Amino acid sequence: MTAAISIEGVHKSFGKVMVLKGVDVEVPESNAVCLIGASGSGKSTLLRCVNLLEPVDSGRILVHGDDITSYEVDANRVRRRIGIVFQAFNLFPHMNVLENVTLAPRKALKTPKRDAEARATELLARFGLADKRNEYPDRLSGGQQQRVAIVRALAMEPDIMLFDEVTSALDPELVGEVLGVIRDLAQTGMTMLIATHEMGFAREIADHVCFLDQGRILEQGPPERIFTAPEEPRTQEFLRRIIEAGRM
Amino acid sequence: MVNSAGWPAVQEAFLNGEVFRASFPDIARAFVLNVKIFMVAEAVILVLALGVAILRSLPGPVFFPIRVIAIVFTDVFRGVPTILVISLLALGVPGLQLSGVPASSVFWATTALILVYSAYVAEVYRAGIESVHPSQEAAARSLGLSRLQTLRYVIVPQAVRRVIPPLLNDFIGLQKDTALVAFAGPVEALRQAGIFEAANFNFTPYVCAAVLFLALTIPLTRTADWLIDRDRRKRAASGVA
Repeated sequence: MTAAISIEGVHKSFGKVMVLKGVDVEVPESNAVCLIGASGSGKSTLLRCVNLLEPVDSGRILVHGDDITSYEVDANRVRRRIGIVFQAFNLFPHMNVLENVTLAPRKALKTPKRDAEARATELLARFGLADKRNEYPDRLSGGQQQRVAIVRALAMEPDIMLFDEVTSALDPELVGEVLGVIRDLAQTGMTMLIATHEMGFAREIADHVCFLDQGRILEQGPPERIFTAPEEPRTQEFLRRIIEAGRM
Repeated sequence: MVNSAGWPAVQEAFLNGEVFRASFPDIARAFVLNVKIFMVAEAVILVLALGVAILRSLPGPVFFPIRVIAIVFTDVFRGVPTILVISLLALGVPGLQLSGVPASSVFWATTALILVYSAYVAEVYRAGIESVHPSQEAAARSLGLSRLQTLRYVIVPQAVRRVIPPLLNDFIGLQKDTALVAFAGPVEALRQAGIFEAANFNFTPYVCAAVLFLALTIPLTRTADWLIDRDRRKRAASGVA
């Protein structure tokens, strides 16, 4: 069976800085793959490439077997199938929660307003946000904002979700509610590629873990092996530092 | 000032109650033209300037020629004195006697004001567009919205909200500058005041015109301040939450 996402030999530079130096990752259907690694190792850039927010310099990315990095591809269509949630939420501050969630279905998919709102209301209720539908983002806590951002991405009914360090900007007591949402999604069989610093969470939820170091996948495998018996010295060092910082 | 040697003469020349009363009705009638020019120009400027700002903010090498056109437009009309643009257009174009082109000097003077102020207002809009963080565009594009939809629903609404105070500031300037149309011939408030001045050898009609302009600009200035204030209060209130 073809993988939901296959990343093949992706290179990406910003100016003279090469951020991705030939990355290969496979995400099988309904799997959760976690990307771990230090800040600056290329996790975010890789996710942005999969969402076509950044063009790759070389290599290719296949989604359900279709090359989405080829020139003929309509980026807007690809993005509708792939949701992404960012570290900084990026909700639209001039719109209330319901408008944030319904904008893309209404404008990009031309879903009638009534249907889009019904669907949004259902999703908001599912993630405990039913009473927030008329609030503006700046009246919500960080955890609530991030959950709205997840709902906003889900409203497009994507096949694949990308999570870019979605708990890094949250106060510690709010991390749990957001991770809970992702855990829910994993149980429903959503295909996910997750960049995270939450090692305990990665270990619990991931089917497969990739350790990124300086733009390369240095080591990958099932979470049990990566977290308990890493082979590469750099992975061992990274995990040791995480444990010393009390993050695992 | 009131005790200065020249005061009685100045008072007679500038603050003559009799001349004021006699000239006020006609100047007020002429002032209607200023208001009309202002209203029409403002409506067109709001749209035209936004268009120029959007064209200038289009990314990538494909849009390079369009960006150049937008830049030349703003550079030229911000660089040439308003009075010169008015004179060139309002006196020059009707002189060409082109068929199908309006020959009215009011039309061309208003066009000149529109071009000059659109250049300024486009820069105000552009500042607003650039002040919206790139992550907003990334969020919108990642949801599958096109570049145009992103501009229309996400970037421009936020940009416009941020620039309302400086926009109003430019419109206060525009209200005053409708007086420059006088130099192209149409009888608006300033020119009408000039006619009275010449007839009476008395400058009071100019004071009369000034009072009329103030009556229009002060409410707008206060409205601008009020809007800025309200915006600040709103933000402060939500900052607490």
